[in-house]
Amino acid sequence: MKLRTLVWRELFERKNQLLTGFLAVLLGVTVIVAIKNITFFSEKAVARQLDTLGANILILPKSVSLQDYYSSDVHGEEFPEEYVTRLVMSDIQGLDNLSPKLSIPVEVGDKSVMLTGILPKNEFQAKAAWAGAGVFSRPVGCGVVADTPGAGEEPPRETLVRNRVIETLESDEALVGSDVAAALSIKEGDTVDLLGSSFKVIATLPQTGTIDDSRIFAHLHTVQDLAGKGAVVNAIEVVGCCYEILGGLVEKINRLLPEARVVTITQIVDTQIRTNQMMSRLSLLFLVIIVLVGVASIANYMFANVFERRREIGTLMALGATSSMVLRMFLFKALLLGLAGGIVGFVLGTILSVTLGPRIAGVPVLPMPVLALWAIGLSTAIALAATYLPARRAAGLDPCASLQEV
Amino acid sequence: MLQIEEASKSYEHRGRSVVAMSRVNLCIGKGDFICIVGPSGSGKSTVLLTLGGMLSPSEGRVLLEGKSLYDLPPNDRARVRREKIGFVFQTFNLVPYLSAIENVEVPLLLARETDGDQAARAEELLRKVGLGDRLDHKPPEMSVGQQQRVALARMLANDPEVILADEPTGNLDPATSKQIIDFLAELNAEGKTIVMATHDHRAAMRARKILWLYDGVMSTERPEGAWSFD
Repeated sequence: MKLRTLVWRELFERKNQLLTGFLAVLLGVTVIVAIKNITFFSEKAVARQLDTLGANILILPKSVSLQDYYSSDVHGEEFPEEYVTRLVMSDIQGLDNLSPKLSIPVEVGDKSVMLTGILPKNEFQAKAAWAGAGVFSRPVGCGVVADTPGAGEEPPRETLVRNRVIETLESDEALVGSDVAAALSIKEGDTVDLLGSSFKVIATLPQTGTIDDSRIFAHLHTVQDLAGKGAVVNAIEVVGCCYEILGGLVEKINRLLPEARVVTITQIVDTQIRTNQMMSRLSLLFLVIIVLVGVASIANYMFANVFERRREIGTLMALGATSSMVLRMFLFKALLLGLAGGIVGFVLGTILSVTLGPRIAGVPVLPMPVLALWAIGLSTAIALAATYLPARRAAGLDPCASLQEV
Repeated sequence: MLQIEEASKSYEHRGRSVVAMSRVNLCIGKGDFICIVGPSGSGKSTVLLTLGGMLSPSEGRVLLEGKSLYDLPPNDRARVRREKIGFVFQTFNLVPYLSAIENVEVPLLLARETDGDQAARAEELLRKVGLGDRLDHKPPEMSVGQQQRVALARMLANDPEVILADEPTGNLDPATSKQIIDFLAELNAEGKTIVMATHDHRAAMRARKILWLYDGVMSTERPEGAWSFD
């Protein structure tokens, strides 16, 4: 016989007590795994939605002050487009999207509209690939869109309004804001003449209630040629990862572009940070409550177990068991409970999160094997910590008192 | 071999001091069979537990083979109990969820014997006490007499030199009591030192020496009118 045989037999001697102790660990771990799993994918989804709110950093000429986020590029001041290249080729991480803009007023028929030049994303990617590094090498936790289930599809071109960036745009293509489209009866597929050049309308944009509704978007380099201003832009809109912004992204851009003014759209960044922090805190709160309940339940179970077994412990001591052996006996029992609770809790928690996650959080949830280690480690730590004091009490029992024969 | 020198023990009970052992002197030679008799609460168990290294006296000392037992660290006292002393209890104190053979294996486990040696020794001892056909029975599945025989087999597992038996027949019928006392007498004849506390006069009569304990005071003479045997 081995010590583990003794522990194993005793575990099943008091089945009701065992069930109580096991359930305390199991339910705690199940809930924690489910919350962690759902929260992870929910945070991804929230971050993805927040990304679509638009840019959260603006790079403007030094002399310009920000009056309106949506008209940040309408001020007549310019700086070199080369700033974009500097950003792309830098080792700054956390820049998800860049959108340089040059806006000039144009007349279409009898209506005055804003022609805005933008640079499609495929041109940044070409630059980044050429540089071998740069803004598209994302840090962990950033660029959630590609990591989220169901997020792999190409976004429609109309998402320019929200994303502030577009994947591809040819030199003779244009996107038309809703007010302009309505006023001039422009439809997708039409051709529109601007400053003597002809543009094919590839999309009319949905209404936003901003100045964007009165814009026509075309390729940046085409607009620069039409304006005759050379390689300049009015502003660069940036979608930065909120965690990186917290970590000093703005200061890094400032150091890289000392001649420019870097502005954070605090409202959007704050929303992103607040939402993520709220989910983290909620998860932590649950974790603390469940750990406390688990520790209390296991400790209660173990104290009761020590009390019921004091005669047995006294007998073992009379037969020559040392205090350390009694201590090991109880801690080994806790280890078994912790391991079993952790493994089963992980399985149940994962099933729960995968099946209920989409209904509760409205996001697809996938199993996270890394949580298995986390669950087993946590449950074992809870069981051992909660058992330590009862085990110490058992090891320190007066064998005479426990034999009750004095 | 085993000696108590001027040992006293008192407890605090509800604010009052209760004397369980008062200036007890006792010298037990190798191969002795001593019986301590006295009424309930007279301190018999206190004397046995003190001799067994389980209860330190308030005053005085206990010597085993010339060494002071309570000057040893707790783990060394546990080793002494494991190697040299065997306990028999009135209520047997078997582990209820272990089978007979596993109960006998417990002291061998504590002595770090191998699984094979444990099983072989435990089976041999259970056959010796007449329980060769009850190896896998758990205590609740056995009679009280059988349980006490399992306890005897467990006590013998590490071949102790001293056997301390606290009311070993207290829960048994006369026939079973006789079997147990016969067995203890047989062990004594083989050279084991036995100290037994009992109420049972037939059991006491089998000892070589009877000591009387009354209110914690030990004497070789029965205190007049103090009590009588059952």
